[in-house]
Amino acid sequence: MNHGAYDAIVIGGGHNGLVTATYLAKAGQKVLVLEANEQAGGAAVTREFAPGYRTSAVAHILHALHPKIVADLNLTGHGLRSTTHQLGTTAMAPGGARIDITSDKAATMASIARISAKDATAYHPRMERLIRLAGALGSFILRTPPSPSPKENDFQTKLALGMFALQLRMMGKKDMLEMSRILTINVADLATDFFESDIVRGLLSFEATLGVYLGPRSPNTVFNLLYRLSSLGKSGMGGLFLPQGGMGAVVDALVKAATAAGVTIRTATPVAHALVEQEQAVGVVLANGDVIRAPVVASSADPQRTLLKLVEPGNLDVEFMKRIRHLRMNGCVAKLHLALDDLPEALRNSAGRIVVAPSINDVERAFDCAKYGRVSDKPALEVVVPTLADPSLAPSGKHVASVLYQYAPYRLRETTPDQARQQVLERGLDMLEQVAPGTKARVSASEVLTPHDLESQFGLSGGQWHQGEVTLDQVFFLRPAASFQQYRMPLPGLWLCGAGAHPGGNVSGAAGANAAREILKDLKKRRAA
Amino acid sequence: MTHVQHLRPFLKKTPFHHRIEPLMMGNGWIRWQGYYSPAFYDSPQSEYFAVRNGASVYDVSPLIKYAIRGKDAARFANYLVTRDLTKVKPMTAAYTAWCDDDGRMIEEGTIFRLGENDFLLNAALHQLHWLSEASYGFDVDIAEVSEEVCGLSLQGPTSRDILKLMGVQGIEKLAHFGIMETMVDGHWLRVDRAGFTGDLGYELWVKPQDADWLWDTLFRIGDAHKIAPMGSQALDMTRIEAGFILVDADYTGAHHAVRPTNRVSPIEAGIGWAVALRKDQYFVGKRALQKEKAEGSSRHILIGVEIEGRKPAPGAFLYSDQAAKHELGLTTSAMWSPLLKKNIAFAKVPPSFAKPGTEMWTEIWYPKEHKIERSMVKCWATNRMFFDPPRKKA
Repeated sequence: MNHGAYDAIVIGGGHNGLVTATYLAKAGQKVLVLEANEQAGGAAVTREFAPGYRTSAVAHILHALHPKIVADLNLTGHGLRSTTHQLGTTAMAPGGARIDITSDKAATMASIARISAKDATAYHPRMERLIRLAGALGSFILRTPPSPSPKENDFQTKLALGMFALQLRMMGKKDMLEMSRILTINVADLATDFFESDIVRGLLSFEATLGVYLGPRSPNTVFNLLYRLSSLGKSGMGGLFLPQGGMGAVVDALVKAATAAGVTIRTATPVAHALVEQEQAVGVVLANGDVIRAPVVASSADPQRTLLKLVEPGNLDVEFMKRIRHLRMNGCVAKLHLALDDLPEALRNSAGRIVVAPSINDVERAFDCAKYGRVSDKPALEVVVPTLADPSLAPSGKHVASVLYQYAPYRLRETTPDQARQQVLERGLDMLEQVAPGTKARVSASEVLTPHDLESQFGLSGGQWHQGEVTLDQVFFLRPAASFQQYRMPLPGLWLCGAGAHPGGNVSGAAGANAAREILKDLKKRRAA
Repeated sequence: MTHVQHLRPFLKKTPFHHRIEPLMMGNGWIRWQGYYSPAFYDSPQSEYFAVRNGASVYDVSPLIKYAIRGKDAARFANYLVTRDLTKVKPMTAAYTAWCDDDGRMIEEGTIFRLGENDFLLNAALHQLHWLSEASYGFDVDIAEVSEEVCGLSLQGPTSRDILKLMGVQGIEKLAHFGIMETMVDGHWLRVDRAGFTGDLGYELWVKPQDADWLWDTLFRIGDAHKIAPMGSQALDMTRIEAGFILVDADYTGAHHAVRPTNRVSPIEAGIGWAVALRKDQYFVGKRALQKEKAEGSSRHILIGVEIEGRKPAPGAFLYSDQAAKHELGLTTSAMWSPLLKKNIAFAKVPPSFAKPGTEMWTEIWYPKEHKIERSMVKCWATNRMFFDPPRKKA
């Protein structure tokens, strides 16, 4: 069966896939999105995990959705209410130490001053500077990374690179030197340099290690911190938000935008592999054997799934395949969902997002376990209560807690995935009980998603949230691999439009938008030729 | 070659070693992939004339051999190499190159197709790591089987007669690059019609325990047909006459080039004919080679040159003019051919100078009574196969 007549097929209906599809459709292309799961959304869905209790299944805080994409695709017009509930951060430690970081500067300083007067005065200048530095990096989020061989860059890319260099220069000597100094170092050194209290240092360590298989003393962690902070500037939403309706609301708006633009979305339609004829991707073969043809095949699946599984062996070069096989994709964050009869005091009074990372050493020791293939004995946690933003996610008066458990590595040594799941639940609840007494007693149901579950349920290779760790060696023109950073894969006709391409993870849509721009650029060139 | 004496304790002996050793008049051993290998027995010149006029025996056991088998072997092998193996029928062999991602040549060698999904790749350098990397996703079993068989290369105009007398049934019908397996005197024997001398010749493979039998039988029967053992120095002369390139002599293998720009494509190495760009399957480096071909971006081509005079010119500069103002490239292998009475060499020249007949200048520096003299002589581009007798394929 040949459905024909499509200009482009997008594999995977995650947020990036939908963004690519919508941009292409708005440019007049006839686009088909193929999603393996029952609903579109990829890792940005809201799911029921216990009768009557729903929550964002994977990503649970929105901070990076790019304002230009929201505007271009009119997501607000399609019902997205993303910025109604801003989150502050409460860092808690067992024993009662706690600081509250909110948009209220004075209150934040007062809360830090209870622990360290020095840190209270240092906090805002230090963090604002980091955000400023991150902002310079963030300006490249919606640009195509330049090719290292200059003649392969078009004028726009060269211009963007020039502007980027100019922007770095405009930061001034002090900021530029500071950027050079900290860009590659570890966050433990930075935190020790900046602050004296364990709780502030611990918080910074957590922010810098979340989502990477690194501990606070691993190099590259400051870069991860800057990457996260970049969304707090112009190229993100300027803060952390709980979207109305959970993360699925973003996808709902995207689905509406896509449908309005004329995109066809087929769910429960897994793709077996790309259809390759005369060394070009010319469509896809579905798991049920159906063939659908289109001159453009854009995959929002991760690079390993796309290039090692969806492309049959013998179509790509050897060293390239090896590079893709060796991408660092050891997911180490598990998700814990709790159905709560009532909110314990500590959760109710928090600034909205709770981080449990009492000190640098606590986070480092949690990573030590992961390093040896074990689930952390004492994890670092991030907790949000989505029902505070949207009570409809749980039965009336009840609540949902969504917890990130760091670290629960994908590559386990002696632990089985089932044991890991059990450990995440037990150790997560134990830790939570220490900072928010009474939590355990209020849990009526729970769900654990280890990196293994993220891989099997959401197709994320290695359970890696960002489709490949966002570290200096895997970003910019090195994402997913050197020379293949401009969304074009070596197999002509095949494109990468997911987080595995520049600029990487988070619910930002930037990779999808960039890929669409490059696809359209190619079409224009081909038409002109 | 006696300077490698200190290596003695480390080197392995091929199954033919104790037959070869008594014949080594000059102790001319060299090391070849960890084995003792004869560079010469008595004199390279006499061995050279033996192979060109009678038959020579050269121990090829140290060649590295890889078995490629399994459900996807045919598809994998065709992905690995530049030749189109769909055109290579079972029980035939093909000379081919294999490349890295950039279409730069890792090595070239002979691939034997023993069955639909049963291949044997002969290489001069170790390749197992590359083969394993390349086989990702394919259902194939790759194993080094170098010591499962041992072999002698029987080359020269009388080689076929010797095999006939030896009782190898059907040897007359074995075509160039054909393979046959047979039993002779109760010994398993595989014969392929290929070699490194550019003449009529065969490679004979037996089980290691049959090495003595093969050697003794060949020399007993071949005595009347001018059979003689040969070392690698004489072989090197014959392979230059035959136009066969050699890794590290005429090109740098992509995997051990210190400077990436020193890697060459098979087109540049002068074996563009072995690159099947029209093959109906992707192979490693194909997109890069298509690009090179389409853009005409080959930096040079390895051609044959005939040089005026008799002074061998290895590593000599080539110029377009006598005044040596415009440098073209370098010669690689070079020799005075005693048979052809010609001064020949391989040379890397820009593609625009590769056309046979193109006149160039060679700058030869040569020692003469403790002085170095310079000679500027004419040379002409020519087909690299200087020696190509009809009997090679007849």
